[in-house]
Amino acid sequence: MPTTSPALEIDGLIKDFGPVGSLDGRMVRVLDGVSLSASHGAVTVLLGANGAGKTTTLECAQGLQRANGGVVRLLGEDPYRATPQLRARVGVMLQDGGLPPSVRPLALLRHVASMYSAPLPVDALAERLGLDEFGAASIRRLSGGQKQRLALACALVGRPEVVFLDEPSAGLDPQSRSIVFDLIRELRADGLAVILTTHLLDDAQKLADYVYIIEGGSTVAEGTVAELTADKDADGMRELHFETVPGLTLPPDLLPHLHQREHDPGHYVLRGPLTAGDVARLAEWWHASGVMPTAITMAPRSLEDVFLDISGRSIR
Amino acid sequence: MTTGAATPSQGMPGVPVPAATGGTAASLPTRVLRHGGYEALAMLRNGEQLVLAIVLPLLALTALVITPLLDAYGPSRIDIAAPGVLALCTMSTAFTGQGIATGFDRRYGVLRFLSTTPLGRSGLILGKAVAVAVVLAVQLVVIGGAAALLGWSPRVEGILPAAVLLLVGSAAFTALGLLVAGTLRPEATLAVTNLVWILLAAAGGVIIPATSLPVAAEPFISVLPSAALGDGLRGALVDGILDPVACLVLLAWAALASLAAIRWFKWS
Repeated sequence: MPTTSPALEIDGLIKDFGPVGSLDGRMVRVLDGVSLSASHGAVTVLLGANGAGKTTTLECAQGLQRANGGVVRLLGEDPYRATPQLRARVGVMLQDGGLPPSVRPLALLRHVASMYSAPLPVDALAERLGLDEFGAASIRRLSGGQKQRLALACALVGRPEVVFLDEPSAGLDPQSRSIVFDLIRELRADGLAVILTTHLLDDAQKLADYVYIIEGGSTVAEGTVAELTADKDADGMRELHFETVPGLTLPPDLLPHLHQREHDPGHYVLRGPLTAGDVARLAEWWHASGVMPTAITMAPRSLEDVFLDISGRSIR
Repeated sequence: MTTGAATPSQGMPGVPVPAATGGTAASLPTRVLRHGGYEALAMLRNGEQLVLAIVLPLLALTALVITPLLDAYGPSRIDIAAPGVLALCTMSTAFTGQGIATGFDRRYGVLRFLSTTPLGRSGLILGKAVAVAVVLAVQLVVIGGAAALLGWSPRVEGILPAAVLLLVGSAAFTALGLLVAGTLRPEATLAVTNLVWILLAAAGGVIIPATSLPVAAEPFISVLPSAALGDGLRGALVDGILDPVACLVLLAWAALASLAAIRWFKWS
């Protein structure tokens, strides 16, 4: 991919909120050293659990919050002092949408379009995102997925070079999800820098060219999905599912180095650096317990494993 | 890497996606006027806002003409009533109406979203001022027209001073409305702006001149923006003079409320 200067560069970003009354008026450090960079023609994903600091990072990058420390450069400029010309080159889709409930969708889209000198044709954009189907209702009557598509249209109508999408797949039905994902890939193909947050590993795995994992207000890992999930172990297997009769309890001390979870009664998921010895111990236990599993599957390391290794907890 | 899934945009004929050339902003006057028009239309389409902006002032005007409430202040009821009702209109639109709309826009994230577009925060505020001016102009036509039908004959030399007072007065009340909307929850903004509107309308020197209120209260009431605007407009349209004290009081409120709003307004 062509790499000129990055569309967004963040270095050592610090953001404090407060003073917080419940903490005797102390400040809370929400971001403590977030560093990332996003290129044109790429989808950069900020992945993290709820409350990790993804939205705050985006808000600092969009100029909605002023950083307390570190450097934020959006298209080479300070977003907090953005000129209208800089804002015209950047599209924003907020997590809560920012849509006025009493307005009709196309009226809002036309109004946003009027802030630009050469916006996209509103009717064609509305058709592309399926907004024309519900254009006559007021925004408060729209479903979550319809609101998301409208917010996306509002972010794109000004022909931005950089788009920020905060949890773009939140509340999307499968149809909306495929419309939105196709469009995101198309934007990337057209050379836009797409920066999105998600707590859904599946989204990240499907869309991301480059992933930053954010945890506790800082970037704790980064790389392509392939780089992040690459395993040092020879066999590379990191996940084992097996199904047995409900009611059979896996002894916690059998494989203590693996993360164990009973997904459904009798359906266990084991995660961690899996060896042939581990599989043998499991088989011995099945044999000793007199059970034969109905299904066994193994999978290589996923983004979820990466997240688990780093944070020690599941992202969900 | 998962780059293989990119769909070429040529595969969707007739359907635009942004090219990476980058958007350009419309000019500042275009942005501000478009936003002003958009907000003015939203206010005029909102039933509750219309009641506050047009229906209640018309009822007040009619009531003041058919009752002897204002008989002590001059020979013509309508000449005393009309300026006070125009002051009431300013409070309805700039303070209560605009305050409530801004409070709920803040709740829904509309202010945050629009401030990321080329409109920006300053364009948003300027647009709101334009919207207030547009709605106020509609009110002037409707209320002024109704008053004229009831026999209102304002002093011609007072029209320019009245326009100055309306301008400064709407700036003061807009800033106060924004201050409330930007610091309280929208439900509280709704309650506070309506309550203050009723209190000022009844005893704030808007319709009933401040001089007729209890002597002990008069010094307090005459420095209220409501009394300054009401008494100032009566001075202009009944006597044909520009009351400098009323003008200064309104300017001071506009300046103080603007500074406070800049300091304490929360966008989210």
